[in-house]
Amino acid sequence: MKLVLHKRETVSKRAVVLVPIVSFAVSLFLGGILLILSGANPLVAYGAMFRGAFGSSVGWTEVLVKGIPLMLTGLGVALAFRLRFWNIGAEGQLTLGAVAASGVALFWSQRLPSWTILPLAILAGCVAGALWAGLPAVLKAVLKVDETLTTLMLNYVAILYYEHLYHVTWRAPGYNSGTERFPEFAWLPRIAGRAHMGIFFALILAVVLWWMFKHSRWGFELKIIGSNPTAARYLGISIARSIVLTILISGALSGLAGALEVLGIARRLQQGVAVGYGYTAIIIAWMAQLNPLGVIMVAMMMAGLLVGGDQIQMRMRLPASVGVVLQGMLLLPMLAGSLFTEYALEIKRPEKLPVAGLQQDVGKEATG
Amino acid sequence: MNSERKTAPDTPVLRMQGITKRFPGVVANDRVDLELYPSEVLALLGENGAGKSTLMNVLVGLYRPDAGEIYVRGERVEINSPRDAAMLGIGMVHQNFMLVPTMTVAQNVILGIHDLAFVPNMREVSQRIRELSDRYHLQVDPRAYIWQLSVGEQQRVEILKLIYRGASILILDEPTAVLTPQEAEELGGILSVMQSEGKSVVFITHKMGEVIAFSDRVCVLRQGAVVATRNTEETTPRDLARLMVGRELLFRLDKQPAQPGSEVLVLRDVYATNDKALPALSGVSLAIREGEILGIAGVAGNGQQELAEAITGLRHIKSGELHINNANLTNCTPLKAIEAGVSHIPADRIRMGSVGDMPVADNIAMKGYRTPPMSKHGVLNRQRIGDFARRMIEAFQIATPAPRTHVKFLSGGNIQKTILAREIDACDTLLIAVYPSRGLDVGATESVRRRLIEQRDEGRGVLLISEDLDELLTVSDRIAVLYEGRVMGVLDAENADREALGLLMAGASAEELPGASSAVDEPGA
Repeated sequence: MKLVLHKRETVSKRAVVLVPIVSFAVSLFLGGILLILSGANPLVAYGAMFRGAFGSSVGWTEVLVKGIPLMLTGLGVALAFRLRFWNIGAEGQLTLGAVAASGVALFWSQRLPSWTILPLAILAGCVAGALWAGLPAVLKAVLKVDETLTTLMLNYVAILYYEHLYHVTWRAPGYNSGTERFPEFAWLPRIAGRAHMGIFFALILAVVLWWMFKHSRWGFELKIIGSNPTAARYLGISIARSIVLTILISGALSGLAGALEVLGIARRLQQGVAVGYGYTAIIIAWMAQLNPLGVIMVAMMMAGLLVGGDQIQMRMRLPASVGVVLQGMLLLPMLAGSLFTEYALEIKRPEKLPVAGLQQDVGKEATG
Repeated sequence: MNSERKTAPDTPVLRMQGITKRFPGVVANDRVDLELYPSEVLALLGENGAGKSTLMNVLVGLYRPDAGEIYVRGERVEINSPRDAAMLGIGMVHQNFMLVPTMTVAQNVILGIHDLAFVPNMREVSQRIRELSDRYHLQVDPRAYIWQLSVGEQQRVEILKLIYRGASILILDEPTAVLTPQEAEELGGILSVMQSEGKSVVFITHKMGEVIAFSDRVCVLRQGAVVATRNTEETTPRDLARLMVGRELLFRLDKQPAQPGSEVLVLRDVYATNDKALPALSGVSLAIREGEILGIAGVAGNGQQELAEAITGLRHIKSGELHINNANLTNCTPLKAIEAGVSHIPADRIRMGSVGDMPVADNIAMKGYRTPPMSKHGVLNRQRIGDFARRMIEAFQIATPAPRTHVKFLSGGNIQKTILAREIDACDTLLIAVYPSRGLDVGATESVRRRLIEQRDEGRGVLLISEDLDELLTVSDRIAVLYEGRVMGVLDAENADREALGLLMAGASAEELPGASSAVDEPGA
């Protein structure tokens, strides 16, 4: 018996849905092997993780706490990736968003009416993220500078600047690190536990983006540019303009995540903003196949893994990194699985024949 | 070559037996039998969708047949991948070339070779390429980058690639579709060299002239099945056309005399460079009036592509002026040109003309989506887009399973029809058609040409860039000849003869033409 892949005539809708689910199962299986190796019963461990994340209201709200920045950065990254603009700088954009929001909350409170501070801080976060992403976008659009390098390198600049601020420049007197607590009117209201209003931003923006991709001229042009830039240019679409505008929005989404994070959780600028949400966002965007609604679901799942990972550390004395390891393991089956959205699997009966090449060397080269 | 045909060659080097390949809804190959003998050129003739490419894709392992057997040098084989095929000495030059644009000719040639040194000696490779290109008349610079080459040169690289690997069975998919008449003739020379070197060639075509000129035998496919296999000597073009189409074909177009009006396009002393930053247009002056078709003749790489791109805002004009409908649009954005009513059927359908990963319907709407009724205030009206697409699919007879099928799943001819539908609908003043019937079958070619004339009759200016002299002579009203980026002369299509065109294409000036000066207008206005 032999497995044969051949190219599908059309993209399979079923595969688009099934692939992430099956990939998740495969990574759980691979993670299970890892758990067995470290002496734990995978079923018990997974059970503990699941209960830890979704089995209690505290778990749920903590999943939301981690889910909100993952959703927003995931949306930002997915938006950029639709343009084939490899923005891997969501982490830096998020960090600067947090910095800008903190700046407004800390230093403008005395000068402006208190009710303006929260919206202004959120806005400042968006603008900071947008500008931080806009820099590589302009470089790419005007000088064709590779964006993977610039977005990545700017992460370090942003993170080091942020650390400098809360360690030195903005440090509150009497503390080792961290700023003063923001005035109360600059706090983002919470809805349950530590889960804050940011969830509404994430949900609404996801729906808006989803609608825009499907129904707006902008979304249509993004699709064309992402699929075939040469054709886009020929069709009269200004690629440079689209890249800059779209990436500004992409950065703004990550900046927003950072702003909501400081205004809703710590309510001061301190350690713990740049914890990798912006990188996990890349996995989320891929797993969601760049679909904004998919981003929301995948982000929740990823947040569940993180919270669950913390839980098994406490309950089973396993390293919390199990969650992170599982996250990492998700990407591989995911990428392998995406093959099946374009190729169909067929089982062939054996035929004993002289074969010139490798049996398993399937028709992947088929390009039509 | 016909004379070189050996009488009753012993064993076929290749035998395909009962090959059947089904795609959803169609039988692309229906119990096809095919034999290829050593040192033979076999033409595989048929219309678009007759199953020629499918059959050959089966042979090189890109498709797996649902039934049938393949024998190479008498031995039954199973070919699962192009690598299997290569090991059996079978190689194919595809219609859409499989080259890496950012790599050099030499790098492309050795790409994918398995027993290669870890650090290949590129000097040796280049040397060998030069030897082979001399021997097979495939002139190409091993150090040039693919993106710098014309389509004709790229094809030579593809052929070199196969010969470099020692392929003995070469499959050429519509090899002349991208060539100038001269290059096509050269290909004939290349084929006979290959023949004398003992190689066997299958070439896919739908042009009767090539079958007669190049092949020893011809196998005619219709709707996936072999309808006839003949010795080329014993057949005629008319015969072949009837076999291929299943009915008598008329090689004629009804065309009324042109009724030219005011000038829609004026180029004055335009200079532009190509991708290699070398001069491509050197002082081109041309004018097209509404209701007239201006043909551009010339050997590929003499500035045709750059001319089309300069007019549509895709290429920078270094000096000179471009006026469309009396508005100065020199170096305007592509969008401005589109808004001025300029439509453009580009030479490269796949890389420029269409978006393969998007539905046929979207591709058809890619010019009209900016304005009502297809969009309003930045919001697309999917309903209207779908209606429009369905109307166009019917009007242009685009064979697609559904409007939402992605364009990349269509055949070349249907991709071209998709582009044609979009561009002709959007056309308001000027239609620029670059090799519009390249690679299309007889029926599709006829309909493309009719559309061009129809546009003319509706009062638009048409710029037809073509390498097919027959096409230029039958479709255009006037013909300008480009040579090294200059207009050598503009001839009235009625009085133009091939010889005069050929001389101009080879660089002779209008004055040098024997007694032709009366037929030659001064270029420009």
